Amino acid sequence: MIRLFANANYDFIKWRRVAFSLTGGIMLIGAIFLATRGLNYSIEFTGGTSVQFEVAHRVETGKIRAALDQVGLRGADIYNFGSDTSYQVRARLGANASEGDAGTQAVADSVARALDQSVGQGQYQIAQRQSVGPKVGRELQGKALLAILVSFLVTLIYLAVRFEWRFGLAAVIATAHDIVATIAFISVMHLEVSLVVVGAVLTVVGYSLNDTIIIFDRVRENLRKYRRQNLYEILNLSINETLPRSVLTHGTTIATTLSLLILGGEVIRPFAWVMSFGIFTGTFSSIYIAAPVLLWIEKRWPGEDARGARAFGSRPATTPSAPAAPAMSSQPRTPQPTR
Amino acid sequence: MDKRIRNRLWIIVGLVGLSVGSLVPRNTKQRVIDRETGRMKDTTVRRLPINLGLDLQGGIHLALEVDQSKGPVPDCADAIQRAEKVVRTRIDEFGTTEPVVQIQGRCRLIVELAGEKDPARAKSIVQRTAFLEFRITDMKGLFKDALPQIDAGLRKAGVKARGANAPSAVAQLFGGDTTKAARDSAAEANTPGVLSSLLFQGQLPGEFLVPEEQWPLVDSLMNRPDVTSLIPRGMELRWGAQSESRGARAYRALYAVEARPIITGEELVKASARRDPVTNGSVVTFQLSHRGARKFSDETARHIGDYMAIILDGRVQGQPPVIRSQIGANGQIELGSKPLQEASDLALVLRAGALPAPLTIVDERAISATLGADSIHDAVIAGVVGVVLVIVIMVGYYRMSGALAVAALTLYCLFTLAGLAMFGFTLTLPGLAGFVLSIGIAVDANVLIFERIREELVHGKSLRLAVDDGFLHAMNAIVDSNVSTILTALILYAVGTGPVQGFAITLIIGIVASMISAIFVVKTLFLMWLNRRPDMVTLSI
Repeated sequence: MIRLFANANYDFIKWRRVAFSLTGGIMLIGAIFLATRGLNYSIEFTGGTSVQFEVAHRVETGKIRAALDQVGLRGADIYNFGSDTSYQVRARLGANASEGDAGTQAVADSVARALDQSVGQGQYQIAQRQSVGPKVGRELQGKALLAILVSFLVTLIYLAVRFEWRFGLAAVIATAHDIVATIAFISVMHLEVSLVVVGAVLTVVGYSLNDTIIIFDRVRENLRKYRRQNLYEILNLSINETLPRSVLTHGTTIATTLSLLILGGEVIRPFAWVMSFGIFTGTFSSIYIAAPVLLWIEKRWPGEDARGARAFGSRPATTPSAPAAPAMSSQPRTPQPTR
Repeated sequence: MDKRIRNRLWIIVGLVGLSVGSLVPRNTKQRVIDRETGRMKDTTVRRLPINLGLDLQGGIHLALEVDQSKGPVPDCADAIQRAEKVVRTRIDEFGTTEPVVQIQGRCRLIVELAGEKDPARAKSIVQRTAFLEFRITDMKGLFKDALPQIDAGLRKAGVKARGANAPSAVAQLFGGDTTKAARDSAAEANTPGVLSSLLFQGQLPGEFLVPEEQWPLVDSLMNRPDVTSLIPRGMELRWGAQSESRGARAYRALYAVEARPIITGEELVKASARRDPVTNGSVVTFQLSHRGARKFSDETARHIGDYMAIILDGRVQGQPPVIRSQIGANGQIELGSKPLQEASDLALVLRAGALPAPLTIVDERAISATLGADSIHDAVIAGVVGVVLVIVIMVGYYRMSGALAVAALTLYCLFTLAGLAMFGFTLTLPGLAGFVLSIGIAVDANVLIFERIREELVHGKSLRLAVDDGFLHAMNAIVDSNVSTILTALILYAVGTGPVQGFAITLIIGIVASMISAIFVVKTLFLMWLNRRPDMVTLSI
């Protein structure tokens, strides 16, 4: 049998400072991008018109832009969508757009006029067209935020019931980290934030939680099994024990998301990008955020057996500290903390 | 064979049978455009019972709300209900196969037209103001008298009746024994009237019934210029809004009505449904404006005993009531023992014509069919590649056990698709992506179990015990992680719209299917494997 990382004995928790700085750096970069460029909201959220069209022969984007400027849509975006002859034009509604649909309709008409002028009437084929009023956009923004918050709350409650509130809090903090990191990624990659991308972010939330729960489940079990070890050791042991599973599962999931990313087509690509990144950050956060945060929480608010309180100080045990430790493993399964 | 295994196998066979059964192409009724006549008709087609979302098959999605820009509308829910009624009456005008018209939330109307290409046309149909009118039906039987002439005219034009021995002549629907005689006489005369052979006399004067499958034909006949010129002056033909069943067959009502409306929706002030406290029958009460009341009392005085068709957008709504007495500003329509729901519907019709609800489009998207087809194509390729990669990883790493997991994976795909079909959910592009993604996640449960079995083996347990304990100990983690994912997916479903909901649904169904296949099916396969090779000492895992 092939065994990857069997009897692994890495001191993951030791690297928590490095991990924190790394993720802090990513977030800082994300924050800079967010502050300077903001998020690339789709018109589902901002209201406006987006037209995706195909032409037989390449058209200068400058020409389209000039035509859009002429009809008064100065902020409009023009992208190539997948291929050279496929374009997307997106005109958002201004912040002061009127309540009714008059504004939305006017923008939609202006876009059509601009295309007729620059590309030529009947010279382009519309693949997809969407016009959204300002009210719907605002509603969706609220809903997306609500969805993320509610999912936090529900997770917290579920984990509190199944595990303990300390585990729940640690998992939610790790998940919050994933959301922030994913938003940073979206901002840096300048991906279009559509409803589907929000869906991808929520899926990342689910995936990351899933991963954290697998490790925490092991921690829960090991806490019962090895009564003499401190939390630091238990966490490391649990992460190491679940390492083969993590490698395999992430391997298969990454295989499917990468095939979606590369082969899934232009429409699904932003979704696949977010998912691919999400799998990395989800795996990272389960090990380097959730576990250390749990350690920290246990230290501040020790649980019943107060092992968290002495999270780092191991008991002066001279005998093998893990009575049920596998006899076959050659290495000692309990890593000695470095401090 | 072990009894436990046999029971498990029966359950699996049952599940597979159920899934395959729900995926077998079946006959569904669709309304399509008739090539010859250019009008809508019902056909049955065989197709896979999986609904594709607009993003996969192309089409137009419209979300409408009541326009409040010219002043607030007090009861937007009522206005949207009226608008829904109106749009439903016009549903055939769209010319698409399965238009979706539904109210979302309280005050928003969703119209989805699969395959439709022209948003401007769709919008004009939806936003056009509804037109309501009351007209007296053909009390003197003028149209019926003109039928022979029309038949003659059609014969002269060379139009032949379909099925020459169809029951001929107006009548005989309720006549029982006379049918045969009538047919014989018609056959003798060898002159089956083209139009009259398709019409059956209804219960009221001016009411005719046309077999549901014939009405596109009748509709095309009566719109021929040579026929319209023969219809008696001052008369017009109007179809009923819904088909009704008499016995085993479905009929569509056709009414000959006076061309001049006695009153139109402009004069209606309000209408509501209630139950009559005395007779306990369902009643619709309505109120007319001053001008309307004067006109209506004149007209009703002249038409006591006549039937009055209520026509919305050219379609007769319900059965025309009889005018019992002169009616002024306040009238009521008695529906007798019919359910109150029907009265509410009729009141809705009256209100729909009376108070036009100006609708504004708040969300509009048009997706071309080619983009949808491309999306399916790409997603399927990505899915196939993803699955192959997963198979390679699983079999390469876990050998025989991995192969069992892959076998269960095919059942997983089957269960997921069947779940979509069974509950009538719609497959969207994000849904397809979710499906591909969940294939990767689906093997997670097996990975967890296999790793556990390996650990138990390392601890020196016997094969059988290791397998049992591996499944048992992995269960906690599997359940907890899947439940939390289902919880997030449920929130996505509750909050999201169209495509995102499609994604959430596939994710939920996928998780449930993966639990069944990864835990139950794989365990069964393991048990069979161990049973067949009792002497096995090392597990291929």
